[in-house]
Amino acid sequence: MSQPASLPLVTSLLDAPLPASGIAWLDASRRENRAAFAASGLPDTRVEAWKYTALRGLGQRSFAGGDAAAATRVVDAATFALPGVDGPRLVFVNGVFRADLSALAALPRGLSLQPLSQALRGDVEPLRFALSRPALVGHVREAGDAFARINAASAGDGMVLRVAAHATISAPVHLIFVGAAAEAELAWHARNVIELGEGASLSLVEHYVSSGEQAQLATLVSDIELHEGAQLHHTVLQNAAIGANLIRRSGLRLRTRAQALLHVLELGGALVRHDLQAELVGDHAQFHTRGVFMPHGRQHTDTQLAIRHQALDTTSTSTWRGVANDRARGVFRGAIVVAPGADGSDASLNNKNLLLSPTAEIDTKPELEIYADEVKAAHGATVGQLDERSLFYLRSRGIPLAEARALLTAAFCRAVLDDLPNAALREHLSGLLIAQLPA
Amino acid sequence: MLKIENLHARVEGKEILKGLSLSVNAGEVHAIMGPNGAGKSTLGHVLSGRDGYEVTAGTVTYNGIDLLALDPEARAAAGVFLAFQYPVEIPGVNNTYFLRAALNAQRKQRGEKELDSMAFLKLVREKLKVMQISDELLHRAVNEGFSGGEKKRNEIFQMAVLEPQLAILDETDSGLDIDALKQVAQGVNTLRSPQRAFLMITHYQRLLDYVVPDFVHVLADGRIVESGDKSLALKLEEHGYTGLAASHPAGSHRAGAVA
Repeated sequence: MSQPASLPLVTSLLDAPLPASGIAWLDASRRENRAAFAASGLPDTRVEAWKYTALRGLGQRSFAGGDAAAATRVVDAATFALPGVDGPRLVFVNGVFRADLSALAALPRGLSLQPLSQALRGDVEPLRFALSRPALVGHVREAGDAFARINAASAGDGMVLRVAAHATISAPVHLIFVGAAAEAELAWHARNVIELGEGASLSLVEHYVSSGEQAQLATLVSDIELHEGAQLHHTVLQNAAIGANLIRRSGLRLRTRAQALLHVLELGGALVRHDLQAELVGDHAQFHTRGVFMPHGRQHTDTQLAIRHQALDTTSTSTWRGVANDRARGVFRGAIVVAPGADGSDASLNNKNLLLSPTAEIDTKPELEIYADEVKAAHGATVGQLDERSLFYLRSRGIPLAEARALLTAAFCRAVLDDLPNAALREHLSGLLIAQLPA
Repeated sequence: MLKIENLHARVEGKEILKGLSLSVNAGEVHAIMGPNGAGKSTLGHVLSGRDGYEVTAGTVTYNGIDLLALDPEARAAAGVFLAFQYPVEIPGVNNTYFLRAALNAQRKQRGEKELDSMAFLKLVREKLKVMQISDELLHRAVNEGFSGGEKKRNEIFQMAVLEPQLAILDETDSGLDIDALKQVAQGVNTLRSPQRAFLMITHYQRLLDYVVPDFVHVLADGRIVESGDKSLALKLEEHGYTGLAASHPAGSHRAGAVA
């Protein structure tokens, strides 16, 4: 089920020295995960979750581990400025925390926010549970989760964010990962641990950008735990440059009446994979995702959404749009499981896709498994092209073809951003979507 | 303004227009009437440049230029407007945004200054008053959830904002009740001007009670078989198209060039 461990990618990742924490259990866990990665190698397309994302090309490349000069790379703050996002800020350059670019002074009451590299120098016990396993949510299988393994072995930095019970953090937290060109093609890894206490609320903007178009490989794992009644608005803007290979895994656990509203824009990158897994473990928990992936050129974007309803009267809604142009490929898998006992659950998933060129491809696969009673569930997926009649209608009014195509494509994606609460950010993101369209 | 000569056009390999000729001058209102399948809507689509209509012979000259050589958007910018028989619903595109994009795209192609949102809004307010269209339609997506009458009124409203020189109304009266028909007709009448010409394609005479044409042409089997003034429409109403076809057997028609 896996490719030979001798692949250049695997060899180069294993060559990189593990970060040394001096914490016995953590160093042991890192060594274990590295051994597991060495044993499994990369998943191939016979692994169901990697069926449409072949790693043959990536597997032949080598990446140097870590960036010794990350602390001094010049990064223009304008590359990550976002309207409507002016709260605390954490910036990582090639996976390394940059205090000079971050804004952590005068954190609001109830918010604890620091880079993992710092957190590991303090009281590490609260992190032990999270860092002792490759991921909070979902089962880590062998080959299919090789990247979670190498991340658990190699991530020396990342974000640790906690919101105290009943604290409302109004200014959005901005988490930025910058890929910066270096002397060699780099691999870097980051691990984020996010926890919202009972009744807490937070907006978080997770943001990927690049300075330079050099090839990189980054793996990122985020654990997000929402305690009873906690509320999270989470926006992900992935706008990395064309050389970026990003393998991300986000796991959310939602307890009673917890709510998460997640917006994801996948715009950049070369090979981009996002495993997004949520477990609704408390009654009345709600998980809402909206996303758009818009690969062009030879980009490859793969989103694997998996939602497990495990408690009474839980709700999930998923609205995803894919737009592929040129020779790009988009992959979407939306798997919803309503587990035994999750009676009264309501799950809906909708994925519509648009092919803007005859050589673009989108593979979509909605899956629904229901083992409970009185469940409302709906799912659907389509792949199509722009409607010729609508195009002609716009052109007959004087709108040039390219503009008409852009207008209709933007309209197609609109549903994804409609309920993003931050109006300034919403405007900006919808502008980015339009700018991404072929002129 | 518009000179169509010996126009032949095919759709999906089938010849629909078979030598249609017609001249339209500025300020004139021409009605094109004819039975189903005569080629009325094909004429509208060929003039506005829809894909899938293949012109196999003939010419269309508009203000001295070869209209058929232009893209649909360039025809629009040159002042040609088609009011659709079946206006398309476009979810997610706001009506006002669409109309401003259209107007500014046309202005840009003509080398005119684009309107800012204030100037555009002012224009829209003026036209709304004239067209008796509710404000609320403007805030919705283009034609989405509009009734049949609202869609047709929206077409006329777009025409009012875009101010074309040549307006082609493709069965704008179809599917309208009498009140909606009167509103649409009133909108058209308001827009009549010495600089503007209308080509009204219709199956029935009733629209012509409210928008009185200068010329009426009968289109049958891809050609104009008879032309006259508004009394021709009344004659058709009385005798029907079959009666007319009988008095004009194939080959004996006169080419319908008027004026």
